[in-house]
Amino acid sequence: MDGNAPDFAAASRAALADPQLRGNFRRAMDGLMTKRAAQFADQDEWHGVRALAASVRLRALSKLPELLEKLEENCTRNGITVHWAATTDDANAIALDILHKANAKLVVKGKSMVTEEMHLNAVLEKDGIEVLESDLGEYIVQLDGTMPSHIIMPAIHLNTKQIAHLFKRKIKDAESREDAAYLTDLARRVLRAKFQAADVGMSGVNAAVAETGTLCLIENEGNGRMCTTVPPVHIAFMGLEKVVEKLEDVPPVISLLPRSATGQPITTYVNMISGPRKEGEKDGPREVHLVILDNGRSTIYADPELRDTLRCIRCGACMNHCPVYTQVGGHAYEAPYPGPIGKILVPQIEGLAKRGAMPHACTMCNACVEICPVKIPIVEIMGRLRVEAVKPGGTVKDGGAKANRTESMVWSGWAAMNASPTAYRIATVAMSRLGNVAPSSLPMLKEWTNVRTKPRFAGRTLHDLARAKGIPDV
Amino acid sequence: MSDARNSILTTLRRTRDAHPLTSPASDFAPIEAKQWAADERLPRIRRLMEAVHTEFLDATEADWPAVLREFLVREGVGSLMYAPATAAGKRLVEGWDAASTTLIPYDRPLEDLKPQLFESIEAGLTTTRGAIAETGSLILWPTADEPRTLSLVPHIHVAILRTDALYDTFLQAMREQGWAQAMPTNVLLVSGPSKTADIEQTLAYGVHGPKRLIVLVVHP
Amino acid sequence: MDHQPPKPTRVYYFGTCLVDLFFPDAGMAGIELLQSQGLTVVFPQGQSCCGQPAYNSGYRADALKVARAQLDLFPGDDPIVVPSGSCAGMMKKHWPDLFRGEPDEAKAVQVAARVWELTQFLVHVLDVRLTDKGEPLRVTWHASCHAQREMGVVDEPKALLRQLANVELVELKREKECCGFGGTFAVRHPEISAAMVGDKVADIEGTGAARVVSGDCGCLLNITGALEAGNKATRGQHIAQFLKERIHGR
Repeated sequence: MDGNAPDFAAASRAALADPQLRGNFRRAMDGLMTKRAAQFADQDEWHGVRALAASVRLRALSKLPELLEKLEENCTRNGITVHWAATTDDANAIALDILHKANAKLVVKGKSMVTEEMHLNAVLEKDGIEVLESDLGEYIVQLDGTMPSHIIMPAIHLNTKQIAHLFKRKIKDAESREDAAYLTDLARRVLRAKFQAADVGMSGVNAAVAETGTLCLIENEGNGRMCTTVPPVHIAFMGLEKVVEKLEDVPPVISLLPRSATGQPITTYVNMISGPRKEGEKDGPREVHLVILDNGRSTIYADPELRDTLRCIRCGACMNHCPVYTQVGGHAYEAPYPGPIGKILVPQIEGLAKRGAMPHACTMCNACVEICPVKIPIVEIMGRLRVEAVKPGGTVKDGGAKANRTESMVWSGWAAMNASPTAYRIATVAMSRLGNVAPSSLPMLKEWTNVRTKPRFAGRTLHDLARAKGIPDV
Repeated sequence: MSDARNSILTTLRRTRDAHPLTSPASDFAPIEAKQWAADERLPRIRRLMEAVHTEFLDATEADWPAVLREFLVREGVGSLMYAPATAAGKRLVEGWDAASTTLIPYDRPLEDLKPQLFESIEAGLTTTRGAIAETGSLILWPTADEPRTLSLVPHIHVAILRTDALYDTFLQAMREQGWAQAMPTNVLLVSGPSKTADIEQTLAYGVHGPKRLIVLVVHP
Repeated sequence: MDHQPPKPTRVYYFGTCLVDLFFPDAGMAGIELLQSQGLTVVFPQGQSCCGQPAYNSGYRADALKVARAQLDLFPGDDPIVVPSGSCAGMMKKHWPDLFRGEPDEAKAVQVAARVWELTQFLVHVLDVRLTDKGEPLRVTWHASCHAQREMGVVDEPKALLRQLANVELVELKREKECCGFGGTFAVRHPEISAAMVGDKVADIEGTGAARVVSGDCGCLLNITGALEAGNKATRGQHIAQFLKERIHGR
C-alpha cells in the first residue's frame, strides 16, 4: 500500500470536466435504477426477501468464526485446499506459491474484487506470469491499463466508440467497428484461445457455503465457468465475510443480488463448485484452492457498529443509486471499491490517514440505504467514520488522523453559540442584519457562489417575527 | 499460513464474544410464497428464457431425437457432442442418420478433447435435473458421464428438459432434491445463452459461453 | 401511518436555524397554517438548532451540547412540528442515538417521539382541507432526502399540492435524487455539488414549472441559488409559504 493519500476532490474535478464521462455515467445509472425498480415492483416481496437476506448475512456474521472453520472442514473434505491470508501480501504470496508449484505461465481470471484489492495482476506480471482478465468489462479495463470504475460493470465509464478504438489499437486484426456485437465476438475469439491454454484459472466467490463446502459464483458471460472448469488448477479468492451458514441461505442472496445490481431476474449462470475433479470425472480442475482473506476485516468485525459493513454482498446497487458516484464515476475514488460501500469499506481497510476524506464524499442522502438489499446502515457508518477521523482512540485504523485544531475550534464556537439562547440571539441578529454585506470571496462563500447566488439573510429572524406577532413562548 | 488462520479465528472469536450479535430469525416465507400452478410453470419458464434469447423445441419421449436431428440439420449444425454413457446419449445414437449431424462422444478426459471441443465441435447436448419457474432457469447436474464442459464450450448448448421436474423456486428445487445432503462437484443454474452488457449497457449474446441455448422440452 | 392520532389543541414549533436566518417568512407561514386549524402554536424563544451540522461533521460532543440546549423547551406531551424534514429527521431519528448513555437519554427519546415534519402533521394529524384562491400555476415538487428517507414523507406534500384546484403539479423525472446540498458537502465538494444541482435545475426546467416547491431550506438555498445564478425563470419556495399564499389568494 503506498503512502500517498488519493485526492478525491482533485480526481472528481477532473471527472466532472469530462462531459463524455459524465454522460456515460448519467445514462448508465439512470438505466440501472429504472431496471432495478422494475424488478422490485412488488414492494411486499422486496421487503420480505430483503429482511430474509439481511438475516442470512447477520446470522453468518453472528457465527463467523465457527462458520469459517466449518467451511474449511467441509471444503477440505471435498478436496478443496483452504488457505488463510491475514494481509494482501500474504494472499499474493499464497497465489504465487500455488502458481509456481503448477509451473504456471498463463492465468485466466474471472471477476474478483478481492484480487483488485490485492493488486494481484501487478504482482503476477512482475513475476513474469501472463494474467488475463476474462470478464469482458475487466478485459477492456485491463487492455486500457486502468482499473474498474464499477464493481459489477468495470468498463461502464467507456462508451462503444471508445471501446472500438481501444480494440483497434490493442487487438491484432481488429476492425474499426462501433458495434457491441462485433466487439464482443472479437473478445470471444481472443479469450477462447486463452481459456484453452491457461494453466490456472482464478475467480472470486459470491457466497461460500459452510454446510456443504460449496463456492457459489454468479455471472452472465460464461468466463467464470471457463476459469473454474477448463484450466487444471482453480484458485478462488474470498473476503472472510463471504461465508453463509447453509445451502438454503444461497437462494435469498441470489434472488436479490442480480436484481439489485443490473435489474435482471437472475444471472445467466449460477455456478456452484464443491470440489476438484473427482475420480472418473472427465473435466473440471484437478486442484481447487480457496484463499480466505482478512485484510482488515477482522478489525471491522471487532466493532459492533462497524461490523455491519461486512454484510455486503457486492451488488453495486449503492453505486448505481449514489448521486455523487453518478456525477464523478468510479475512478475518482481511486479505490477498488468506489461509491457508498467503498466510502465505508476502504477507509476501514486502508486507514483514515490515507482515506479519511472518503466518508465526506457523501451528501448523506440515504439513497443507498434505501436500496441496499441487506440493509447496511451505510450512512450511519459514514457518520461514525467522520467521528473516528477526527477523534483519536477509536477502533478504526489511523483514528484521529484528520483531527484539525482550527476545525475543532470552529465547531466548539458553533456549539457555544447554539447552546446559549443569548449568544444565539446576538449572533443571529447580527448575521441577519449584517450577513449580506459579506463578500462572495470569503472561504466557503466562494465555493458556494460559483454556481449559485449568495444566500440572502432575511433581515429579521423567525424569533423576531414570532415575538412581534405575539406567538407564545411557553 | 496456519498462523494466519489461528490469529484470524482467535480475533474473530474474541471480538464476537465481547460484542455478541443476535440475528433475527430467517423467515423463508417470502420465497416459499412464490408459487405457480402446475400448468403455468412451463409457459413462465419459456417466457422468461425466451426474453433472454433462449430457443425452445417441443418433443415427446418418442420423437425427441428426431426433433433434435431435424433442428440440427435445419440450422446446418455439423457436429454434436454428447454423453455416450447416459440414458439420453444411448437413446440419441439409436438409429441416428449418420449422414446428418456427426455425433461425437465425450468419452475421454477434457485434456484429450480440448482442441476439438474449442475449435470444431458446434453443439453439446446435456440433460437437466429440472427447471425453475420463478427465474426461468435450468438445473444442470453434471456427472462423470455428462461433463460440465458439454454445456459450456460448444457454441450451441442443447438441454433436454422433462416437464415432470418443474419447480417454483431455487429454494424449493434444492429442498426437494436434497442438495445439501450430497452436492456434486458442480451444479449449475443456466438461464439463457452467454451474454454481456459490458459495452455501454448494450446486450450482446455469446461472449464466452454458448451463443445459443436450445431447450428441448420433452413432453410426456 | 395507519391510524390518525388524536387532534391536539396545542403544538410546539421548532423553526430551525436555516429558517430563522434565511426563510423566516416560511417559518411564520407554517405557524399560521397551524393556527388556521385552530391550534395554539408555541414558539419557544430559547430554541436554536437541532445539532445536525456538527453531528454530520463528526463532532458529536458539540452536537450533543446544542441538542441538549433544546431539550427543556418542549415540556409535556404536545407534538413538536418542524418545517424541515432534515431537522425533524435529526431530532426524531438521531437524537436517541446522540443521547444514548447520557443522563438525559430518556428525555431525548420522549422529545424525539413527538417530532413531526410540517406536511406530515398537516396531512396525518390535522387532515387539512385547503381551498385554493390563487391564479392557475404550474409547480413542481423537490423531495428532500431526509424528509423522504428519515421521516418517510413522500406523498404528503404532493397530496397537499394536489388539493389546490388551480395548481398543476408536474413531477420531476428524478424526484428522489439529492440536489447536492448535503450541508458541509456543498463547500467541501463544491464542484460535485454544482454538478448535482445542475442536473436538478435541468430537471426542474424540463417540467416547465413556474415554481419549485420544497420542504427543506438547505435544498431551497441550493436550488434557488442555482436557479437565480443561471437566470432561470422558475422560482423556489418553501411549501409552508406556498400553501399559505395559495389559501389567501396571493
